[in-house]
Amino acid sequence: MEGIYAFCVGLMTACGIFLTLRGRTFSVVVGLTLLSYAVNLFLFASGRLKLDAAAVLGVSEDYGDPLPQALVLTAIVIGFAMTAFAVILAMRARADLGNDHVDGRIPQTKEEVRQKSGGQR
Amino acid sequence: MNTLLCIPLLVLMGTLVPLCSTRYSRTACAFLTAALPAIALFLILQMAPAILDGQRFQTAIDWVPSLGLSLAFRLDGLTLLFSLLILGIGLLVILYARYYLSSNDNMGKFYCYLILFMFAMLGVVMSDNLIQIWVFWELTSISSFLLISFWGSKSEARKGARMALTITGAGGLFLLAGLLMLGNVVGTFDLQTVLDSGDIIRAHSTYPIITVLILIGAFTKSAQFPFHFWLPNAMAAPTPVSSYLHSATMVKAGIFLMARFYPSLAGTDLWFLIVSMTGLATFLLGGYLALFQHDLKGLLANSTISHLGLITLLLGMGSDLALVAAIFHIINHATFKASLFMAAGIIDHESGSRDMRQLNGLWKYMPYTATLAMVASSAMAGVPLLNGFLSKEMFFNEALHQDSLGSLSWMVPVLATLGGVFSVAYSTRFVHDVFFNGEPINLPKTPHEPPRYMRVPVEILVALCLLVGIFPSWIVGDLLQSASLSALNGPVPEYSLAIWHGFNIPLLMSVIALLGGLLVYYNRQHLFKFQAQFPTNDPKVLFERAIQQLVGKATWIINFFENGSLQRYLYFLFMFTIVMSAYPLLDLNATAGRRPEIPLDALSITGAVLLSIASLATVVWHRRRMVALLTLSVVGLIVTLAFARFSAPDLALTQLSVEVVTIILLMLALFFLPQKTPKESSPRRVVRDLGISAMIGGIVGTVIYALMTRPLDTISDFFTENSKTGGGGTNVVNVILVDFRGFDTLGEITVLGIAALGIFKLIARMRLYMPSSNEQGRPWSTDSHPLMLSVISQSLLPLALLVSAYIFLRGHNMPGGGFIAGLITSVAIIQQYVAHGVDWIKERLKLDYQIMIGSGIGIAALTGLGSWFFDRPFLTSWFDYFYLPVIGKFELASAMLFDLGVYLTVVGATMLILANLGQLTTSERAVFEEEK
Repeated sequence: MEGIYAFCVGLMTACGIFLTLRGRTFSVVVGLTLLSYAVNLFLFASGRLKLDAAAVLGVSEDYGDPLPQALVLTAIVIGFAMTAFAVILAMRARADLGNDHVDGRIPQTKEEVRQKSGGQR
Repeated sequence: MNTLLCIPLLVLMGTLVPLCSTRYSRTACAFLTAALPAIALFLILQMAPAILDGQRFQTAIDWVPSLGLSLAFRLDGLTLLFSLLILGIGLLVILYARYYLSSNDNMGKFYCYLILFMFAMLGVVMSDNLIQIWVFWELTSISSFLLISFWGSKSEARKGARMALTITGAGGLFLLAGLLMLGNVVGTFDLQTVLDSGDIIRAHSTYPIITVLILIGAFTKSAQFPFHFWLPNAMAAPTPVSSYLHSATMVKAGIFLMARFYPSLAGTDLWFLIVSMTGLATFLLGGYLALFQHDLKGLLANSTISHLGLITLLLGMGSDLALVAAIFHIINHATFKASLFMAAGIIDHESGSRDMRQLNGLWKYMPYTATLAMVASSAMAGVPLLNGFLSKEMFFNEALHQDSLGSLSWMVPVLATLGGVFSVAYSTRFVHDVFFNGEPINLPKTPHEPPRYMRVPVEILVALCLLVGIFPSWIVGDLLQSASLSALNGPVPEYSLAIWHGFNIPLLMSVIALLGGLLVYYNRQHLFKFQAQFPTNDPKVLFERAIQQLVGKATWIINFFENGSLQRYLYFLFMFTIVMSAYPLLDLNATAGRRPEIPLDALSITGAVLLSIASLATVVWHRRRMVALLTLSVVGLIVTLAFARFSAPDLALTQLSVEVVTIILLMLALFFLPQKTPKESSPRRVVRDLGISAMIGGIVGTVIYALMTRPLDTISDFFTENSKTGGGGTNVVNVILVDFRGFDTLGEITVLGIAALGIFKLIARMRLYMPSSNEQGRPWSTDSHPLMLSVISQSLLPLALLVSAYIFLRGHNMPGGGFIAGLITSVAIIQQYVAHGVDWIKERLKLDYQIMIGSGIGIAALTGLGSWFFDRPFLTSWFDYFYLPVIGKFELASAMLFDLGVYLTVVGATMLILANLGQLTTSERAVFEEEK
């Protein structure tokens, strides 16, 4: 079980990182969301995986580690606030700059640069 | 208040006086400026007798005792000598500058900088703490920058000032490093302790590094080879500044530093080699260069370099007698060189030129000034009956008696004599070229004697040259003795200050130097011709070129790392992450630990496969944004299920409700953003990013796998044991949130509130184009609020609120709590917004979400403060059980009130974000109304 769990976390991290490296804001936001899923799962797993453990006291002796759970709970809520902030920032950037590229300007391709310099000549 | 502290303080206050008094007459301004330094000088003179008897005054005010930082001053023999030079010559320079500055110059500003420098310099010599010495040291660099660039409209003044600041400032950084290491070795920054622990320092392994660092600081300040070039370029400063800073005081700061740390650092071969060889090189080079200057001040500047080299050479010889000679020469050089600079200033001022090819035969026009200048330059040349002669004799004597170079030791006296030849030659040139040698050529003004009082400072200094030269032990004997005593930090060797020591080798060397110098001067035309063959390397041009290259390189590096592309920064960040996180993993022998794995089951595998497919689909279809959003929500749902599967119902509930809110948010955002992402990453970029993300994913997967397969050593047992008894709840997760770690939660809801308010401000003035159709050109449905949806959601609202109340109330003992309840309430309200639109809700639901956030954080904080009334620490919780008929036994806890605060903040924050964003899609858009 731990094996596929680790695989899933790794895969989600990789997907998240790939998307955050893209040039458009929406992809970055999606990537951040994926990444925060992965991070939450990662933190949660530091309390080790347990199937059918008790969630509250007094039900059974086998009890899941509550500390990572408490940490992850707030992390989920804060993660939402962060995603929201990033997405609104992206919208504001588009409104003020006229494009949705993370750098605030569309990078020129090599061909465009060549054409421009050719025109000047 | 203690007198010692008053001295620097008075001078510091003195910086303000000229600024206030500049409105009065120039003379009044000069006198008022001089008043406070004069009092300081008087105070020092009062303490002088005790110091000459060998006493030492110290005072300290603790600043950061734990770091060994304090405001500490001392007054001992060496400090006394330097303070007298600084304040005494400073006062003369103030008088001189009164006549030197023209009415166009801002006198108040000039005096202010001058006194600031005086304060800084006094601070350097009086400081009793290593770090404090450095602070004042840098202050001298800065104030000297201001003084050199006083005539800022001249390009050479600006360039000269910048060069001086760059060299001395950079040297200061080396000095700081050296002093920090020195303090580290000794264990304190207290100066006296450092001076007393010379043996420990010299035996320490870092001794060579410390010595080199401190010496670089000293050499840059005292214009020693190869840092000597800044001094001639600093001659763009007004002459009073040159006379004060560049002969008597600032350039002596490096010398002072070497003399001060003499007991701590000197006495090793390393010290001898570096200090004496640098000194010797500087001594010869300065003397040689001085000979070829046509500019009067240029000649004096290079001669200053040469004399500083001489003093450095003496300090490097390592014999105590040489140190005495060095200190003696410091006094003598300050007097004759300051007066020579002043004389040069007078000549420049009254004739309009400093070029020795134009200035000839001034004797006829200013015989009095000429006499003074001739006496002073004779002292510089080392003519008997003048102070320069005495210290030069001591220098020759020391040069003869040192043997550190082994069989090559004979070279030192020979080279010393050669240096003496140079100084006689340039002194002769100064006198003969300026005052005799025919008639002046094309001078802008007809030269004449300066105003009476402009000569007074020169007269005083020249008188001192003569007095010291004739009655040495009577005038400076005690001062020299006490200065040497404190510089050596031990007994002073026997020496004699007599004028006549009989016929001996030093006298012969002096005679050779005098005759040789005259001979060199006589044959100067041949030397000038010889020198003209070399290409002239203007250090200013070289320096500017070096600086420009440096700036060019720095710009290139900055442009490479910081080209404005966030994508590139992220790339660097991830690469760095890979390196930093992969490196420790190399030490981990086995990935899997000894903890047994949970066996796989079909359900989990299905979940994992779905998760993987959905994640990959998000990446593959990320350019079709709506599709990506849908697959993303699948990932979120499976994460929720994973939490539920692995026994974390609280997390599952939270994740589920957050999921709903997030996806609604992203869909709203997508309405305003382009529906598709253009294909713009080059294939190479895609491969690179795939590589990076695969690496990081692999590392993260490895780490978590290694972590999970190792036994758990947890601190959670404490929480589990105390949850029921201490926090009154059986849901440990919730008890941790609202009780054990309540302070963290308070911080977290505050962050949430701040984020929501920030978003609110970002939305407030957003001007976005609102598309009227989708990307295929199909217009949006006119029926934006279908009847079915409104009716059903309206009837669902009370149920949803009931559920959230239930979740909230049971949170302490069962899965639930403020966070989850808040999210459920938000989802319920959002549903109403979706079903009915903003207008409909606005009429019916009068909630101010900002106030909600504020009151939520307020309630949580007040709950925490409440425990203060019961003399408990912040956020101590209270609970008890009560019994009511009908309901039965129930529990009340202060943690529930805290949780209410969490609940309100979560609802307020979520709704503030979504309601305001949603409002943009309707006629309620504030932005466009404002524009109309």
